[in-house]
Amino acid sequence: MHDSGKIIVGLVIFVGLFTAPFWYDLSSSEALETPNPVLPAKPDQKECVANLEFMRRNHMALLDQWRTEVVRDGMTYFKSASGKEFEMRYTKTCLGCHPNTSQFCDQCHNYVGINPYCWDCHNKPELGGVQLDTAQILNPKSETLSERLAPPRASSSSNIDRDRFKSRSSNRPSSGSGAF
Amino acid sequence: MSISRRTLLKLAGLTVLGVTAEKYASAHAGSTTAKVLAKAVSAGKRLTNNNVQQKVRLAMVVDLRKCVSEQGCTKCIDACNQAHNIPDFGDSKDAIKWIWEEPYENAFLDQENFYMRDEFKNKMVPVFCNNCDEPPCVEVCPTQATFKRDDGIVMMDWHRCIGCRYCMAACPYGSRSFNWRDPRPFIKNINPDYPTRMKGVVEKCTWCDERVDQGLLPLCVEACPEKAMAFGNLNDPDSDVRQLLKDNFSVRRKPGLGTSPEIYYLV
Amino acid sequence: MIEHAFRGSRKYWSWLLFLALVILAGFYFYMRQFIYGLGVTGMSRNVSWGLYIAQFTFIVGVAASAVMVVLPYYLHDYKAFGKITILGEFLAISSVIMCMLFVFVDLGQPFRVLNIFLYPTFHSLMFWDVVALSGYLVLNVIITRVTLEAERNSISPPKWIRPVIIISIPWAISIHTVTAFLFAGLAGRPFWLTAVLAPRFLASAFSAGPALLLLLCLLLKKLTRFDAGEEAIKKLGLIITYAMCVNVFLILMEFFTTFYSHIPEDAAHLQYLYFGLDGKAKLVPWMWASAALAIISLAVLLVPRARRDHRTLILACTAVFLSIWIDKGLGLVITGFIPSPFGKVIQYWPTIPESMIALGIWAIGVLLITIFYKMALSIRREVEA
Repeated sequence: MHDSGKIIVGLVIFVGLFTAPFWYDLSSSEALETPNPVLPAKPDQKECVANLEFMRRNHMALLDQWRTEVVRDGMTYFKSASGKEFEMRYTKTCLGCHPNTSQFCDQCHNYVGINPYCWDCHNKPELGGVQLDTAQILNPKSETLSERLAPPRASSSSNIDRDRFKSRSSNRPSSGSGAF
Repeated sequence: MSISRRTLLKLAGLTVLGVTAEKYASAHAGSTTAKVLAKAVSAGKRLTNNNVQQKVRLAMVVDLRKCVSEQGCTKCIDACNQAHNIPDFGDSKDAIKWIWEEPYENAFLDQENFYMRDEFKNKMVPVFCNNCDEPPCVEVCPTQATFKRDDGIVMMDWHRCIGCRYCMAACPYGSRSFNWRDPRPFIKNINPDYPTRMKGVVEKCTWCDERVDQGLLPLCVEACPEKAMAFGNLNDPDSDVRQLLKDNFSVRRKPGLGTSPEIYYLV
Repeated sequence: MIEHAFRGSRKYWSWLLFLALVILAGFYFYMRQFIYGLGVTGMSRNVSWGLYIAQFTFIVGVAASAVMVVLPYYLHDYKAFGKITILGEFLAISSVIMCMLFVFVDLGQPFRVLNIFLYPTFHSLMFWDVVALSGYLVLNVIITRVTLEAERNSISPPKWIRPVIIISIPWAISIHTVTAFLFAGLAGRPFWLTAVLAPRFLASAFSAGPALLLLLCLLLKKLTRFDAGEEAIKKLGLIITYAMCVNVFLILMEFFTTFYSHIPEDAAHLQYLYFGLDGKAKLVPWMWASAALAIISLAVLLVPRARRDHRTLILACTAVFLSIWIDKGLGLVITGFIPSPFGKVIQYWPTIPESMIALGIWAIGVLLITIFYKMALSIRREVEA
């Protein structure tokens, strides 16, 4: 056989590279922890949008479909197999019951070594951030925000004709203490 | 992941076509605005069921005579930036802008007029996505990551955008921004209810689609202390926007390009 | 067939090594761009396409220009191009691959590139451009593979390849036309909104592409025993002359329409490009260099005696190539964005990482050409021996 030496060396290198993850795992001292997702602690919400078996296998497909239907198809409600209606909003519906991603999502994701990029954009609830509702955004109380959104001038704008917007402004939902 | 939609629905349940707006409206009882908008929005959505004759076309009216931007008011901009997690890069090349101000002569390039009303000479105009009825960005997008909703809002699907920036080349209004780098470190107070964006996707104003779906007005409209903005269904003769357009002279940015921009400025 | 690429002189290997190093440097900077985002480039909110898309546009032209040797040889049975047709086709393959790489590095989310096929959007010209380029690549890979295989076995190529070659002719025109439509269909960018853009693209392609091919032929003659033949060189020179005349003519057309009508929004772009606007004139020296090179090249090409002399011909071809590289690979794309839709002049200049990535892609192209030409010429020598 021609070049048998080269071929054998090549094969050894190939097999070595191919099985590298196993060698790495054996040599690593990190013990693999069994995932232990913490289940809902909310007493008033006992039912998930689908049964456990389904969610374990297909939650990613369900999330993907919800996403598409909310963003693209204008669908907003989801009727579960048991007939209960859920709003298709991950912040409210999913994270409402599973508010801690590291105790829930990450448990299994870390175990199987995947890293979905959900949290590149969506906000992990446990990290908090500045909880702002609309009223606060429109009528800020925190210092930095009120500085940024300070009224431009002292005098009121009563001289400006507001009649044009009468119908709307009189029915406007109240947005706080009326800084405007 | 290889589960068909049909199987998924069978196993998990059913999704319900746009009833949120009405639900929200009833939750916000007493708010006629919400109800009117809710009716408009859900009507627009029910269009997919082919059982509604009148199509909803949302539009915005900005009364420049009322706007006090020249006095330094930026409330509409600040409210939007805060709610939508707009990063602050300063006015660098990385800047992200949803709603911002431009001098009148820059916003209305084709209305060149040296002898215009004095008060308009240094007027700052709030500019944002026109949510065109014939949006060129939607036409060129190779993945339908940007698309027009039934109610006329030009949406962004940030999960699908590949970042080719063809929409930015196509937009005649400079309304689109690209995430040249990770924006998160540049957001001062993150609003946890609204996603941030990842690097490499295009974004723009969507007239607060998330609020419109709940029967609420866009935040800028609500934030304006001078009530200089109105929002509603252009196809409804009784809507605020139609009433304003009936009684006042209005202009649009670059209407000659055939994009049918849906922001009307009262001058 | 590929085995020929692995046998070569020390010079051949050190050339490949050099190219590999440039590619590696480009790859390093691409990884930096991948991690940080496209912010490493000079592109901005206002000038949102830059060197990558400009280079893409220029190189699509080089790819399309293969038709200038394929058409006379296969359609008109012009025998003098027999030796260089395969070189033209290999140049097309390398160019199309470069084009695809330039589009790829321009994407903000490169992992999602297949969304273009996952959600095919027929009203988007980007989709059609990808289809046209991929199709052109497949066609040329099949054509070169089959004709070269036949040549190696000293038999005539199978009959079915002829219709494939005939299809590749209009296909070549289509890739550059669709690329022009990418720009020329945008109502908001008056600089590109001109019916003459596609013809201009084709004219510049059919001068810059054959100019490159001619230079490569003369280089091969110097480095190897390959000789394209005087007749082929002469004909190529003539093609370049005609195409360059049309190209310059079409550019002058733009000047007339823009400046005689002097619609401010339209004129501002050309004004910025050639004379500067608001005191900003980054591209002005480049564009006048391009114009000077075009004049020099025409001065040589239009004189038959100068065109026949290889030394002046090399000068003219280099001038054609550089002139169009500046015009198309720099000026045309960038200036579409300047001034901005708000009438503001915000300039653009490529950064070092951006230029290095572009250089890396060019090196990949040159590497591919080197390997392909090595294969083609080795097989030909084998047959002759």
